[in-house]
Amino acid sequence: MGASQIVDPSRCADLFKRVRRYASVSDVELSIYGGRSSLTRFANNAITQNVSEEGFDLSVRVQVGGRTARATTNRLDDDSLSRVVAQAEALASIQEEDPTLPPMLTAAEQGSAPQLDRYCEQTAAMSAGERSEQVAAMVAIAGREGLNSAGTYSNGEHFEALFNSHGVARWHRETLAEASVTMQAEDSSGWQKQNYSSATRLDVRQLASVAAEKAVRSAHPIELEPGKYTVVLEPAAVVDLIGFLAADFSGLALLEQRSCLNGRIGKQLFGENVTIVDDVTHPEQLGESFDGEGVARQQLTLVENGVVREVAMARATAARIAKSELATSFARVRPTGHGFSLPSEGGEAAVNIVIQVPEGERKSIDEMVAATERGLLITRLWYIREVDAFEKILTGMTRDGTFLIDSGRIGRGIRNFRFNQSVLEMLRQILNFGHSVRSCGEEAFAMVAPAMRIKDFLFTEATRF
Amino acid sequence: MKQIGDWALAMAVAHGASHAEARIVSERGRALGTRNGRVATAFEGESLGLGVRVLANGGWGFAATQELTREAIERCAVLAVEIAKASARVQREPVRLAAEPAARAEWSSECRIDPFAVPMDEQLALLRRIDEKLSSVAGVTLAETNFICRRYEQWFYSSEGSDIHQTRTITGAGFAAHAFEGDTIQTRSYPNSFGGQYQNKGYELIEELQLLDNAERVARECVALLKAPQCPQGRRDLVLDSSQLGLQIHESIGHPIELDRVLGFEANFAGTSFLTLDKLHTLRYGSELVNVVADARPEHGPGLGSFAYDDEGVAAQCVPIITRGQFEGYLSSRDTAALIGRPRSGGNMRAEGWARVPIVRMTNVSILPGEQPLSFDDLIASTGDGIYMETNRSWSIDDKRYQFQFGCEIGWEIKDGKLGRMVRNPSYSGITTEFWNSMDAICDRRYWTLWGTPNCGKGQPEQSMGTGHGAAPARFRQVKIGGAYGS
Repeated sequence: MGASQIVDPSRCADLFKRVRRYASVSDVELSIYGGRSSLTRFANNAITQNVSEEGFDLSVRVQVGGRTARATTNRLDDDSLSRVVAQAEALASIQEEDPTLPPMLTAAEQGSAPQLDRYCEQTAAMSAGERSEQVAAMVAIAGREGLNSAGTYSNGEHFEALFNSHGVARWHRETLAEASVTMQAEDSSGWQKQNYSSATRLDVRQLASVAAEKAVRSAHPIELEPGKYTVVLEPAAVVDLIGFLAADFSGLALLEQRSCLNGRIGKQLFGENVTIVDDVTHPEQLGESFDGEGVARQQLTLVENGVVREVAMARATAARIAKSELATSFARVRPTGHGFSLPSEGGEAAVNIVIQVPEGERKSIDEMVAATERGLLITRLWYIREVDAFEKILTGMTRDGTFLIDSGRIGRGIRNFRFNQSVLEMLRQILNFGHSVRSCGEEAFAMVAPAMRIKDFLFTEATRF
Repeated sequence: MKQIGDWALAMAVAHGASHAEARIVSERGRALGTRNGRVATAFEGESLGLGVRVLANGGWGFAATQELTREAIERCAVLAVEIAKASARVQREPVRLAAEPAARAEWSSECRIDPFAVPMDEQLALLRRIDEKLSSVAGVTLAETNFICRRYEQWFYSSEGSDIHQTRTITGAGFAAHAFEGDTIQTRSYPNSFGGQYQNKGYELIEELQLLDNAERVARECVALLKAPQCPQGRRDLVLDSSQLGLQIHESIGHPIELDRVLGFEANFAGTSFLTLDKLHTLRYGSELVNVVADARPEHGPGLGSFAYDDEGVAAQCVPIITRGQFEGYLSSRDTAALIGRPRSGGNMRAEGWARVPIVRMTNVSILPGEQPLSFDDLIASTGDGIYMETNRSWSIDDKRYQFQFGCEIGWEIKDGKLGRMVRNPSYSGITTEFWNSMDAICDRRYWTLWGTPNCGKGQPEQSMGTGHGAAPARFRQVKIGGAYGS
């Protein structure tokens, strides 16, 4: 049976019944997740790789008091189901009791999670031939401009079902279409990427044209001295920086004192113009409306006018925080529906980030450039890594379209810079925001984020191109 | 499994494939871990499936399924051919493959103690003891331990007649202590960061790593870092431990020598390479002491890049990459080798599991140890003024693999040939070729370790792959230090 045959809640429920028959313990949870995805890849103006995969996993968790373990298989025969249950039970049995592990979630506790309509039949059904047509459109723009293009066009569908022996039953499915394109000239390049649940929203000609314009415009880059610059970060660059905060907005990270928010909850950490929420129901978000245990995902005000107000909390985390000194840091302590599947190393994370910008404060990128006497316009960042966990200093490179802003106008392309910048400091230095839109980079998950104009962004070295 | 392969190949050829490969992969894995005494990871997993790669009308197609009925297998093969024909619609020239003789082989990596046969309670008990030792040191705010083992079994069949069955057993473990105080979070890991050490070995690796014996020392170093002075900035001589040098090799040699990057196939994601074709045999990559090979042969050691045949049926080879500082070779596949007129692939095509297509990958990309006897103590003693750094903390390099910056967990000043005071937040940066040309000393084979990097990311859709990197402590002259905290 392939993934296409089990993309159905009732079939998943039947599988849960089969799994339960093999269990000798009463607390059993089953996650089933998988789908189909296809990706056409091109480079040097030709398709170089073209793939399609279909599959799913059944992941069984058992719990005995304060002990829990998980085992996973992609086979549906009775022997495999029996084996996977036995493995989970054996792994649980060797543990010592963890007094902080809450009992398995009950249906009464799970909360109301909206069914989010994020599935598009047309997107799921796209063929390799249709993907080739989309690629051909991007390659044609490269040919017209005398550029060398590379990129991807992909489509797919994903489903996730979650059941447990206390009546929890969750189901989600969604589709995704994504296009990414890099246009290369002799000594310059440009890039664009976008994804949506519906392929009908993807405009590959627009993406390719913008990437081509960036490549042409940044030709023959000049070298600038490293230092602090006012920057206009396009949304993809913002996303890849802010994404590094997701694991810090975690109650378990605070309990374990590995978060950059240690001792900073409720304080004016960022500029007063910064408000960030976690909202899975936002129309530009994707993902399921429940967490790894089945808890309904709540909307969180992570940052309000620069003050950190809430963090994500799995059930166990919320229970531990309620009994700790941290409890007084928050207006309310509750499971927020952001927990990972158990057992879990990381606890939880805020992964449905929406950066809110008041209507009157939204500027276009052109307006932000015009307001900048001397600075840089940055398309994209690359190979971002954490240098300092507490000050949240990140390093990385600019890439595929980095421009000098001179006297309020976009000027020459520049050789790429390495930055070493505290994200905490960056969020105190925001001069302007753009419009918040669904945006994706390569280093973090997609989010709803605006372009930003930021002062004193630190570049420490330049590379040779 | 042969029957599955035959069904797939026959159907692919019948539908117009000029070349077809069927890879069946069966994986089993176990992961255990603790955090502050709590079990944070307790996992067993298995996966079985088929990937079919074909050439049709000169284009590539790949399809994968876990449904192993004849009907599903044949449907998968037909889909692969349909995809290949769609590829051919946007093509400049048909794909050509460097010749490779058909192979029939059976191979397993060495595994003295089957890690799946060791009782799980024994494995977890070891982690608990390590966790307790870490937590017993005052100032440690988070102790974490982990253990993994995997068995990766693969059957490869091709329309050229190859029939290859390989099994690799992989084991890994490590731990870390974290401490938070005031305005700093510090971490120390053992034997390496990001999970520890991984090799193609059985449970014997765990015994060799002496995890418990090192727990208290590492935890104390972590706490000491809280009060240690900041690493100074400026140009200094730099001595790296072998694990950090292994990652330096990975990023600034292993990736830029991938021929698919050089030819632009990775331009949209992983990037390209400064090692354009004109650099082959002409570029002075490093000093005379820099000798680097990409060696997938099991005799190189139990690295994560060791195998008998790669995932398109090419025998494992030792490819000279840098010989006495001169750039001599790329990592290649059958199609990329053909594109630059090479008669044979270097045997570097690897795929993550059954659902992903093989791509050009590192095998064991290792710097060879010094030919002259040189101990670590002698290396330090011959360094007048510098910094010694251990264990990676951050790593970043540009998309042509030229300008890099690394941070390490811990450093010590070197003064007059002796290790001095501990420094925190050490980092260094540079340009790849300038850095390798500044290497003027490397320890001998006694100090050489074959490190495992378990999670190298590359490709679209992204694939994670284990690679091996042999390295010994080495010295680099007048490197830029401390730029990560630059002002």
